[in-house]
Amino acid sequence: MRVEATAPSAEGAGAAAPPAIMLRGVNKHFGPVHANSDISLEVAAGTIHGIIGENGAGKSTLMSILYGFYRADSGEIRVFGEPLRLDSTADAIGAGIGMVFQHFMLVDPFTVLENVVLGAEGGPLLGPGLAAARRELQRLEADFGLEVDLDAVVGELPVGVQQRVEILKALYRGARVLILDEPTGVLTPQETERLFRVFRALRDQGVTIVLITHKLREIMAVTEAVSVMRHGKMVAHLKTAETSLEELAELMVGRKVLLRVEKNAAEPGSTVLEVENLSLVDERGVTRVDGVSLSVRAGEIVGIAGVAGNGQSELLAALAGILPIQRGRIAVCGGEVTPEHPRDAREMREFGLAHVPEDRLRMGLVGSFEARESSILGYHRDPAFNGPILTHPSEILADCRKKMSAYDVRPQDPVLLTANFSGGNQQKIVLAREMERHPDLLLVGQPTRGVDIGAVEFIHKSLIAMRDAGCAVLLVSVELDEIRSLSDRILVMFEGRIVGEVAGAEATERTLGLMMAGVVPEDAGVRAPA
Amino acid sequence: MNEGPARPPRWVGMVLIPLVNLTLALAIAGLIILSIGENPLTALRFLLFGAFGYIEGLGYTLYYTTNFVFTGLAVAVAFRAKLFNIGGEGQAYIGGLGVGLVALAFDDTLPLVLMVPLAIAAAAAFGAAWAYIPAYLQARRGSHIVITTIMFNFIAAALMVYLLVNVLIKPGQMSPESREFAPSAWLPFMHEALGWFGIAMARSPLNLSFLWALVCCVLVWAFIWHTRWGYEIRTVGGNEAAAVYAGIRPTRVIILAMCVSGALAGFVGVNEILGVHHRLLLNFTAGYGFTGIAVALMGRNHPVGILLASLLFGALYQGGAELAFEIPAITRDLVVVIQGLVILFSGALEYMFRPQLERLFTRRGAALPVEG
Repeated sequence: MRVEATAPSAEGAGAAAPPAIMLRGVNKHFGPVHANSDISLEVAAGTIHGIIGENGAGKSTLMSILYGFYRADSGEIRVFGEPLRLDSTADAIGAGIGMVFQHFMLVDPFTVLENVVLGAEGGPLLGPGLAAARRELQRLEADFGLEVDLDAVVGELPVGVQQRVEILKALYRGARVLILDEPTGVLTPQETERLFRVFRALRDQGVTIVLITHKLREIMAVTEAVSVMRHGKMVAHLKTAETSLEELAELMVGRKVLLRVEKNAAEPGSTVLEVENLSLVDERGVTRVDGVSLSVRAGEIVGIAGVAGNGQSELLAALAGILPIQRGRIAVCGGEVTPEHPRDAREMREFGLAHVPEDRLRMGLVGSFEARESSILGYHRDPAFNGPILTHPSEILADCRKKMSAYDVRPQDPVLLTANFSGGNQQKIVLAREMERHPDLLLVGQPTRGVDIGAVEFIHKSLIAMRDAGCAVLLVSVELDEIRSLSDRILVMFEGRIVGEVAGAEATERTLGLMMAGVVPEDAGVRAPA
Repeated sequence: MNEGPARPPRWVGMVLIPLVNLTLALAIAGLIILSIGENPLTALRFLLFGAFGYIEGLGYTLYYTTNFVFTGLAVAVAFRAKLFNIGGEGQAYIGGLGVGLVALAFDDTLPLVLMVPLAIAAAAAFGAAWAYIPAYLQARRGSHIVITTIMFNFIAAALMVYLLVNVLIKPGQMSPESREFAPSAWLPFMHEALGWFGIAMARSPLNLSFLWALVCCVLVWAFIWHTRWGYEIRTVGGNEAAAVYAGIRPTRVIILAMCVSGALAGFVGVNEILGVHHRLLLNFTAGYGFTGIAVALMGRNHPVGILLASLLFGALYQGGAELAFEIPAITRDLVVVIQGLVILFSGALEYMFRPQLERLFTRRGAALPVEG
């Protein structure tokens, strides 16, 4: 048995070197759920290796095993040829594995330097440790082209830079294998490209990168090899150069899926939603939405694109009656909202508005409720469900059954706790609840976030059907593909403002990407905001 | 695929875990009794006999149970909105004040059939009003309800001392008590009520408010699970952001839940003041409000569980008193220790065995969410 734990892999990246990561027959159960079943994986040292799979395919579980968060029930793990017993994250770090999570583990008020040394201060006095760390970090930055100001306060840095701080943190701890979980979810296309350049620089210096994502394009753009997971199993190991988007998508889902949505041209009717000069300031006094004007007509889908955190969420919440507005006016199906006359979500619903919130578990559902209870949330005062005092349980149950079968919610069990449904099925419960009211205006936030591809197709078709039935749809999504394939008109938000509008058919990824970064390109039919 | 753990059958959480905790508490209590040289089995026999073995003892047990049902339900209703109402003691005290004032004002004018609903309404109104202030402060000002309700217990106690020493005291006597109500205003004892039907029963403080406690269990159950207001309370308790999304105003729901909670706690006053003491006096709440927290915890904030837990605590109170009387070596204080052990194991250590027991009874392949 070869033990070659400490040899750097840069020079040994040839065929003779042991793989950076080797998994054999790894199994992990959560109760009755077989989250990882008999997983085998080889990641060659000094390569960028993608792992794709739908949400719930078991990717994150597998990586958590590799990072020592979970213990595998059975199986063998070798890192650079050395068998490894991972009991804690410290073991993983010791073996040279670094992980960058989707949600950064950074202390906002600390500087970059302080964040990086956190937990590795090197003694009771900070001074000498920080000085040594600074020298080491400057070397790492130069080697990998990371370009981070060590003395900047992390909370003030853009998301893309914060991510590089996370990478720096892992490298500082001696990571030779870097695992990144959905790293591009919060980045603009430009920032993503920047990140990929960092990946390539790291690879050229011998760092092995494992990229977990469900975005097929990223796999094609940056990886050399790719492993596909489905339902807790590894279904394929491929060389990226020898595969295609369509093949990967099929492997992921297990059947052919439509990546584009088929739809006819919109036939917009009268204006249903009219927003004038809307501004919203959050409780910390930060202006989140800044003088936004827009309108949505019956029978059209208007998409709002933008990198997460540029005011779309707040705009949506204000339109739904969840956040109060400070300036401007909202007119929706005959109702009016002004700062002097705020309306809560109940009154907005009475105007004829329905809302699929961005974060279904945080806002759209109550996890501890049975499905039938979650499926009347917001409509629980409906006379159809209520007598003078008592509710009508049988009507609520029948209504829930009907919705579950119409939207193919599985399992079709109205008394199962909401939290026990998978993400896609939870989303279907929300969609069924909101769409079956046949609203005049449907607000939709991130309709397919964390939803598997099969359900994505269904959700997209439902939204188009709503549009064709004459509903005005306002769609907020950070998935450009989704915005482009669904929207008849696209508005792009940047730092709380609408930077421009593009017709859905004319929008290219490049145009939208530039607009999402606040740049309005001269060409490509972009209209300045009204 | 849902990667969350599967759930064990419901009866594990509802029946088995409380039983295991109770058994363990009694086992440790047994060791303590053994250590002072007494036979734990004998002690257990006296305890059970004292609580259930004869009619008078049973009457006392159910009389205590009545109070625990009220305070347990009070804690549970607030808890459904994720509010920890520690103020049951004060709300019960002030609820009793409401009952007392109504009785003192109308005891010789109103017939009993009008007096009882009026007293119940007064108990509810006074208890709810006492809970309203902390609720308002929580909902509108963000003052933590645990802190404010604790403080309101002290304020209630001080207020009652003031009123009974200075205002309501019967003229010409030393002890801070009001005059006795006219017997026409007394809520009938159970032995009297059964006597109307020709059923003989030994005398005990058990009175008709026990029936009201049972009614309250049903009312609370219907309110929480079968009205839209209960739905709103549970929504706010389950996910406040979802409540706002649904157009439910958490401030209103917090105030509603606390007022219902306070009203329920206030009903202790009906049992104690109108049912037993027939006068206003100090300290009639005797810690029932606090024990209500343990009752609600043990009863899983569900009326059925609360009824059973109340019966257990009622039995511990009554059987414990009997035990201290029968075995002099086991003092009142030791009985309090035994009660404390039950509260400790069913309340504070509630989760100690939960993971193991749940794992033991979680069948593989059960309740597996299907991917779609």
